[in-house]
Amino acid sequence: MRELSLHLLDIAENSVAANASQVRISIIENTRTDLLQMSVEDNGKGMDAAMVASVIDPFVTSRTTRKVGLGIPLLKEAAEACNGFLKITSQVDIGTKLFVQFQRSHIDRMPLGNLADTFLQLLIANPAIHWLFYYQVDDKIFDFDDAPIKTELAGISLTEPSILNYLRQTIETGIQAITAVDIG
Amino acid sequence: MTTIKSLEDLKKAREEALRKRDAKVASGTAQVIVGMGTCGIAAGARDTMKAILDTIEKDGLNGILVTQTGCIGLCEKEPIVQVIIGDQPKVTYGKVDSEVAKKILKDHVINGKPVADHVIQM
Repeated sequence: MRELSLHLLDIAENSVAANASQVRISIIENTRTDLLQMSVEDNGKGMDAAMVASVIDPFVTSRTTRKVGLGIPLLKEAAEACNGFLKITSQVDIGTKLFVQFQRSHIDRMPLGNLADTFLQLLIANPAIHWLFYYQVDDKIFDFDDAPIKTELAGISLTEPSILNYLRQTIETGIQAITAVDIG
Repeated sequence: MTTIKSLEDLKKAREEALRKRDAKVASGTAQVIVGMGTCGIAAGARDTMKAILDTIEKDGLNGILVTQTGCIGLCEKEPIVQVIIGDQPKVTYGKVDSEVAKKILKDHVINGKPVADHVIQM
């Protein structure tokens, strides 16, 4: 994968698969400390210590259709190549938090890529989940909570064209407004 | 200068959705499922899904439910899209890029004719 936003989409799918009812994705770019930090936090079924210890090993997965899960090891490797690290904390029946850090200016650091597409698609394709998206670049913040929108919609499908248009524009303009100029 | 959309805009979008929903229910429900496992994402599933959502938005296609699924064990055929129209059996498509996705929406979901070239026999 060539974009960090694709990795976020992939990691968030783990939360979906863990039957989470709430998922929070956070990306913080700090140009002063030169760090890019991302986290995906869910209230899904969680993992015990042994599972956490082994989940970053490519030969462990909870999936039954195929025996090898590669999403987390790929992201871990990408972070470590950029003076960073990946950490998972999890508790059975409480949830899981994945945290990953990169040196923001590192030459090998993947671009964030299309964060808006990642957010929009997670929101649309998993309407039963309460999504919280947080993106911060230095002092500028995009903070999105889908709860008020879903309350207002009162059960109308998120895939209706007028609703899709509203959601896409809300997320795209929100992210554009704070995106750092020198990304990439 | 970008403007953040307000809750007023959302209310308008909701009213429009309600009007359109009442106007068109005849074709029955259509569900489009995109494979979003690591394999699907790595093969370009996000672009596939984007093409589907963009087409729904720009062509004003009402009554289509778009959801996602994880890896279904056909990684080499990703991106995978499945279509369920009404109570008809599920049709599974493989190697669905943006262009194929648009064709599936137009030919199959709207006009009822599956895109034979990309159907996977399960």
